[in-house]
Amino acid sequence: MSSIAISLLDLEADNFVCLEPEDYQTREGKWCAGCGDFGALNAVKRLLSSEQLQPEKMAFVSGIGCSSRFPHYVNAYGFHGIHGRALPIATGLKLARPELDVFVVMGDGDCTSIGAGHWLHATRYNPNLTVLLLDNNIYGLTKNQTSPTTPQGHTSNTTPRGSFLPALNPLQATLGVSNASFVAQTADWVPAHLYATLQAAYEHPGFSFVRILQRCPKFTPDVFTEQVKNPDLTELLIHEDGVNAPGLDKLFKARREHDPKNLDEARALAQRTDMLRLGIFFRDDSFPVYDEIRAVSPVSAEEKTTRLEKEFDRYAV
Amino acid sequence: MLYHAPISVGLDSRRKSALVQCPRLLEFVAVSSMANKETTITEVPEHTVEIITNSGEGAQKCAQIFGQTCAKMGNGVWTVEIIPAEIEPPHHTVTSTSGNIVRFGTGLITNWGDQSKLAIAFNDQVLLSRHRLNSFDDDCIILLESMWENHEDEAIRTAYAEAMEEMSSKNYRFFAVPIEEETLKVVDNPQHGKNMFALGLLTEIYQRDLSIIEKQIAHIFRHKPAKITEINVELVKNGIAWARENLGFQFKIDSVPAEESRVVMNGNQASALGAIAAGMEICAMYPITPATSVSHELSDIFENYGGMVHQAEDEIAAAGVALGASYGGKVALTVTSGPGLALKTEFLALAIMVEIPLVVLDVQRGGPSTGLPTKVEQSDLLAALYAQPGDAPRVVIAPRTIEECFHSMITARRIAETFRCVVIVLTDANLASGVQQFTRPEFDPRWQQDPIDFSALPEGLRPYDWDPETGMSRRVIPGTPGGQHTVTGLAHDEESKVSYDPESNERGCKMRSRKLAVFQSTLMPPTVFGDEDGDLLVVGWGSTQGAIEEAVERARAEGKKVSSCQLTFLSPLEPGLKEIFSRFGKVMTVEINYSDTVGDPYITEETRRYGQLAWLLRAQTLVDIDCWTSCPGQPLRPQDIYNSIVDNLEKGVTP
Repeated sequence: MSSIAISLLDLEADNFVCLEPEDYQTREGKWCAGCGDFGALNAVKRLLSSEQLQPEKMAFVSGIGCSSRFPHYVNAYGFHGIHGRALPIATGLKLARPELDVFVVMGDGDCTSIGAGHWLHATRYNPNLTVLLLDNNIYGLTKNQTSPTTPQGHTSNTTPRGSFLPALNPLQATLGVSNASFVAQTADWVPAHLYATLQAAYEHPGFSFVRILQRCPKFTPDVFTEQVKNPDLTELLIHEDGVNAPGLDKLFKARREHDPKNLDEARALAQRTDMLRLGIFFRDDSFPVYDEIRAVSPVSAEEKTTRLEKEFDRYAV
Repeated sequence: MLYHAPISVGLDSRRKSALVQCPRLLEFVAVSSMANKETTITEVPEHTVEIITNSGEGAQKCAQIFGQTCAKMGNGVWTVEIIPAEIEPPHHTVTSTSGNIVRFGTGLITNWGDQSKLAIAFNDQVLLSRHRLNSFDDDCIILLESMWENHEDEAIRTAYAEAMEEMSSKNYRFFAVPIEEETLKVVDNPQHGKNMFALGLLTEIYQRDLSIIEKQIAHIFRHKPAKITEINVELVKNGIAWARENLGFQFKIDSVPAEESRVVMNGNQASALGAIAAGMEICAMYPITPATSVSHELSDIFENYGGMVHQAEDEIAAAGVALGASYGGKVALTVTSGPGLALKTEFLALAIMVEIPLVVLDVQRGGPSTGLPTKVEQSDLLAALYAQPGDAPRVVIAPRTIEECFHSMITARRIAETFRCVVIVLTDANLASGVQQFTRPEFDPRWQQDPIDFSALPEGLRPYDWDPETGMSRRVIPGTPGGQHTVTGLAHDEESKVSYDPESNERGCKMRSRKLAVFQSTLMPPTVFGDEDGDLLVVGWGSTQGAIEEAVERARAEGKKVSSCQLTFLSPLEPGLKEIFSRFGKVMTVEINYSDTVGDPYITEETRRYGQLAWLLRAQTLVDIDCWTSCPGQPLRPQDIYNSIVDNLEKGVTP
């Protein structure tokens, strides 16, 4: 990654200052106590510090929702936009400024409901973005309405007798899109795995889609209670090209060797409901990256003027 | 000045009397008997020609080459496309009409004028559709394909006879032309060739320069084998020869070669080239008629200028990608039409709230909803100004000519950047596909955007360091060391911190609005066409300038005290309007949009809904402004505007 090269250069500079995770946070997150968003923010801070990214050379783009407050708390440029539309903004920014590291933070309503069209197409464009879906299975900020990922039967203010439909599976959906290049799942209650997954996502050239399972302490505190209590209900996908968090070996006994290049198996695993699976489902670093294939060499104002003269010759009378 | 005397067609008296004496369906001139007759040449100051075909038969290409040739020969030109919304609707029906109108003359031509003087029609049904729209002059010369009258299919023969009967209410002068038969002498498929034969007819009738036509054909088919160009040129030559042998009349239209160098193009091409000249480098769009051809032009050449077109998944995403790109530094562009503008509103409000510059080109079409996709209307004005919840002040510009389509993009980009605001450029289907020549721009590299300013920030500079007097502030662009902040669509203070307190919110609203007033202080009052005072001032905006001024000229030639004023800046409005209005007995807008007519059922002065500019001007100036509007899905005709002027004057001066 170009940013790694930059940070190595900086290491050689006399005035190099090592940035600690805390240096990447601007202020306390205003989320409820116990919110999974804190875990995501901590993992991101760790990642930025380990990569020693320069705060002015990255941007965090979000939509609307609890999780979309994320950019306000990160020491970077941030764009807290409108509901569901973080991906177009991030894509535009990356096209204009490919040298910036661009992160996208969305909630489940943001990404999989109002912004679902953009999610599908951004996956296919495959711009080099690190994309975090903070999925707590509910609309929190608007106070407890069913989201597409809400489990069937779960009660909320809009489905007081339980939600009617099977939950949408964001992994399945993303893996179904042509040119999807990185699809992973992790969970807020396994910080080491969350961090390692974000690290892999950041390193992937292309659209790195990470679904982070988390609980809303107010409205979905129990959605993953069983899995949190009993690690045996979770299977880790492991591979030398996958997420490597050695400390987890003892905790999670269910482990599956899964080659992230195997799309058929990735789709099959994403579909299965027998266990919760964390890890990289699919990854292929060779897929065309939109901001790279659309990169255009800059042309000076003088040169443009010269070329425009020729263009106008076509229309001359 | 344009000349509007009726045109006398130079048929010789024997043929003329023959026409009069013949029974209706025999009014057809028997062309074979005319062979080798002496040609009569009639000199006229201008003419309007229509080429009418089924869609897919190449009328546009024929007319484009003809129009370009006229322009290159030094004539004033204005062309208008007649296009169905479908690609190729069933042929030989009144709804399959595709065509093009070319008005050209000795002097400058600023609009499509009134009725056509000559038409070439490939079949009776498409001709009938234009007749029903009252498109032809009463003694219009019509060159009609001859194969339908005695066609083997009885239904076709019957339809033909009925069409001719219906058109007999006018004194059209028909000439039967074996267009398909002649075309088949050169090509196997007449669908790809009849248009070039027709071009040959026009070339002979109007004595166009064949060498110019040959060059254009070669340019159009430059990516195809040379044989294609040869075949097309041969067809044109056959058309010329046929007309020479059979028609016996020509029109002479003098041309005055321009002193300055000129270019000829349509409004969408001008807008696209303007965007490049303005230094914009990213255009995000979603296909929508009639705006899409802007992105076609850009897609073709933008990368030579360090630019790119991103075709987004939808209109909303197109606005978002453009906004994200602008956030990255250089002002980006999104191109759309009415329904797309509606979808983009939330993003435009966001851009205004976070004060990121953005240029939106809205090529207006008929609405509401899907409306008239290929046809002109000026009904996005109020949507462009106000379509979003909350107060979101933005700049709205409406180019009046094709030349202004080019220059408006440069102006728009500069305003957007200087004032950290959204600029909406409102063109329309008339400008988009109309072709006119204009003075070739002298490029200035300063039109381009400056490189992104990453220089060190002054100590303590805040992301929205509003000058309390002007509301203006320096934009801090990602990459600037020490400038990190999060922009937000939520109410915020100078530090871009979310802030719901009453003072911050009111201050933000005030600062965003103040910029418009500051910008208005840089504008000049509009010029008045005609006398500076009088009985009636006609106010228009955007593309109607040429037709309005031609109508005003006619009225003034009759001694009527009428002037006009064509607005370009709609938000903020140009200064001095109230003072200008006060010098006239009455003020009336002329617009291509809907308004109620007092006297219609239920419509009174109280219930009447006004044209959009009238609505705006009444609100802004408190002058009792009247309006005459029409939404026929085609540009306004000078004669109709003239009639509205006379009607308005007859109503007397408003007390």
